[in-house]
Amino acid sequence: MSELKFVKTLKEIPRAEHFAPGHRLCAGCGIPQVVRMALKAVPNPKVVVNATGCLEVSTTVFPYTSWGVPWIHVAFENAAAVASGIEAAFKILSKKYGKQKPKVIVFAGDGGTFDIGFQALSGALERGHDMIYICYDNEAYMNTGIQRSGATPKGASTTTSPAGRVIPGKLERKKNLIEIAIAHGIPYAATMNPAFPVDMYNKLVKAASVSGPVVLHYFTPCPTGWYFDPSKSIEIARLAVQTRIWPLYEYENSRVRITVPVKEPKPIEDYFKLQGRFRHLLEPQNRWLLEEIKRDVEENWNRLLKLASQ
Amino acid sequence: MRGKLVGMNGDRAVAYAVKQADVDVISAYPITPQTIIVETLAEYVNNGELDAAFIPVESEHSALSAAVGASLSGARVFTATSSQGLALMYEILWIAAGLRTTIVMAIGNRALSPNINIHCSHDDAYAARDTGWLQFFAENVQEAYDLTLMAFRISEDHRVLFPSIVNLDGFILTHALEGLYVLEDSDVKAFLPKKEPVNPVDPGKPMTYGALDLFDWYMEHRRQQYASLESARPIIKEVFEEYSNLTGRKYSPVKSFNTEGAEVAVMILGSSAGTARYVARKLAEKGKKIGVISLTQYRPFPAKELREAIKDASVVAVMDRSVSFGSPGAQLFMDVSATLIRSKVRPLLFNVIYGLGGRDLTPAHIEKVVDLAESVMRRGEAPEEPVWVGVRGDEL
Ligand SMILES: Cc1ncc(C[n+]2csc(CCOP(=O)(O)OP(=O)(O)O)c2C)c(N)n1
Ligand code: SF4
Repeated sequence: MSELKFVKTLKEIPRAEHFAPGHRLCAGCGIPQVVRMALKAVPNPKVVVNATGCLEVSTTVFPYTSWGVPWIHVAFENAAAVASGIEAAFKILSKKYGKQKPKVIVFAGDGGTFDIGFQALSGALERGHDMIYICYDNEAYMNTGIQRSGATPKGASTTTSPAGRVIPGKLERKKNLIEIAIAHGIPYAATMNPAFPVDMYNKLVKAASVSGPVVLHYFTPCPTGWYFDPSKSIEIARLAVQTRIWPLYEYENSRVRITVPVKEPKPIEDYFKLQGRFRHLLEPQNRWLLEEIKRDVEENWNRLLKLASQ
Repeated sequence: MRGKLVGMNGDRAVAYAVKQADVDVISAYPITPQTIIVETLAEYVNNGELDAAFIPVESEHSALSAAVGASLSGARVFTATSSQGLALMYEILWIAAGLRTTIVMAIGNRALSPNINIHCSHDDAYAARDTGWLQFFAENVQEAYDLTLMAFRISEDHRVLFPSIVNLDGFILTHALEGLYVLEDSDVKAFLPKKEPVNPVDPGKPMTYGALDLFDWYMEHRRQQYASLESARPIIKEVFEEYSNLTGRKYSPVKSFNTEGAEVAVMILGSSAGTARYVARKLAEKGKKIGVISLTQYRPFPAKELREAIKDASVVAVMDRSVSFGSPGAQLFMDVSATLIRSKVRPLLFNVIYGLGGRDLTPAHIEKVVDLAESVMRRGEAPEEPVWVGVRGDEL
C-alpha cells in the first residue's frame, strides 16, 4: 500500500471538483462533504449509483445535475443490486470487448442501507462485487420528513418515534452496520466523519485501492432533522467523535484500528444539548434513558478497544 | 424449416436461444416454473459454453435491479421469472422501461398466491402490461425459442429501445418436451449482431440517469415514452418478417385462423390457441365456421391488426386465463373492448375465464364456449359478467 497517496493535511487534498455547487441540499448538510471527498479520492474511471433520498433528489432536479461523473439512480432499496449489475457488466465487457472497468461507488442513506436496502446490500457483499458502498447516515429518513430508521440512535425523537409523555423517543439501539458488513468477510470497512476530513480522505484512498466490496459508514449531521443551527454542523460532528458516540476506526486484514483515539471523552450532554432531537433527554424524568445511553456508549467503546487490541 | 430439429422443453429452448444470443449478463433468481432456464444458463456459463457474467442475486427485486444496471452499462442482458417473482420486481419493471433498457425477460407464466399454485395463469403477464415493456406470447416451444431471439433484436433496435417479455405457459410449455428447429450459431449471429448500446454508462462521458423529474418535466417525458413505444410497432413487424424469411416460420402480431367470413370467433393467448384451432377444425368438418384469433404481440397491443382479423365476426368470445377483481372483465377482454369501441365493426363480446392455476382447458370446454357464442348471436345479447369454464359451481 506504500504507493497510495495518503495526505497529512487538508491542503494536500486535490482541488479538482466533480460535484458541482448549486445543488439543493440544505445549508449545513453534511452529505456533500463525503461526496466531494469520494470523487476526489477515488481515481478515474468511476461510476456512481445513488439510492433514493436527500442526496438524489437534491442534486439531479431535471434538467440540472450536479454530477460530473456517470450517475445512476434506480430506486430506494436496490442501489447495491444496481451496482452489482454495473460491476458485473463492466467486468465481462472488459474481458470480451476490452472496455475499461470503472470503480463503482454507491451512496445510500441510512434508510436505504440499514432497513429497506439491507437485503440487497447483504447480497452484494456476499457475492463479492468490487464496489465502494458509502452509507451517509443522518440517523433517520430525512427525505420523507424525519422518520426513524434502524440507524436512529437510542433516545432520538423522530416523527415516527416522537418523544411523548409515555415513550420518550426511540428506545432501541442503532444497528452495528460495520460489524454486520465485516461478518460478510469483506476486505475493508471504516467509519468517517466530516469534522475529520483528512482521516476521511485517507480511508477513501484506501477503499479505492482494495478490490472487492468495501463498506464506509459516514456520519452526516442534518440541521433540518436534528434541529440545530446550520453553522453548528461541524461542531456537532466533532463532538460525536469526542464523546465516543461516533468512534472513528477501520477494519482491514482482519484487524480493527481506531484511527482517531479519544483519550478523554467529553460529556455526552455536550453533544445532546445542541440538538432538538435529544432535548427531552436532559429532562429529569428521562434521566434513566440518558444513563442507559451513556452505558451503551461506554460498552461500545470498550468493545471496540478490545477488538482493536486483538 | 431452417435449422436443426432437436427435442427440448420450453425452458431449455429459451436458455438455448439466450446462449446463442451471446448475452453478456444474466441476473436471476429461481422460481418454478422458470427455474430450468436459469439453471441451464448457469451450466452454460460454468462449462465455458457461454462467455457471460451470471449474477446469482438474492431476490427478484435485485435480479431486475442488477439487470437495469448492466443493461445501461452496455451489456446484453437476460433474466427470467414467474408469478411472485414478477410481483416482487414490479417497482423495477417501470424503471427498466422508463430508463430505456433493453433487457429480455422470460416469464414462465404462473398463478399468483393465494393459494400458492405453481401452474399456469396469466396473472403475471397481465401484471406487467402497463409498465412499458414489450410483451410476446409463445404458443409452443418453437415460438418460445424464436421469440426469445427476436426479442433481443427488437429491444436493442435503436428505433425501439424498450425491454421485452417473452411469455410461455408454465409447465404446459416450460416443462413440455417438444421438437423444435434451432438455428445455426452463425445464422443467429447474422440476425442478431452484438449490441450497440445507445448512451451507455461511460466514465469518459458523464451522464445522469434516473434524475428527479418534477411537475415541470415529468409529463413531457411520459409523452415521449408513450410515443416511442407506439413507434415500435412497424419495427416489430419488420423483425417478425425478417425472421419469417430466415426460418420459414411465419410470425405476425396477430395470428388468425379461419376468421375470413366467420361470424363467431374465439380469442385466446398462449398455448391454448392450439386447442381452440383444433376444435375449430373439427367443427369446420361439420360445416361450422369458427374463427380463432391469438396474439403473438401483446404489448404494444396490436389494435389495428386485431380489428382487421375480427371484421367479419358478429360475436367474439374473449378468453382470459386470469381474473381481474372488481373489473367489468378480465384483462384481454378489456383490451379488446377498448379496441373495438373505436371501430364501426362492433361484434358482441363476452368474457370467458378459464384454466386458472393450470386447470385443463379441454376441447369440450371450447365447444361450450362456441355454443354460447352462437346463442349470443341468436339472442343479440351478451352475458354481462365473465363466464367461467371448467370450474365447479357457476360453470358455463
Ligand atoms: C419502496 C419505497 N418506499 C418508500 C419510499 C419513500 N422514500 C423515499 S426516500 C425515503 C427515506 C430515505 O431515507 P434515507 O435512506 O435515510 O436517506 P435520506 O432521506 O436521509 O437522505 C423514503 C422512505 C420510496 N422511495 N420507495
Ligand atoms: S434534510 Fe438533512 S440530510 Fe437532507 S439535505 Fe437537509 S440537512 Fe441534508
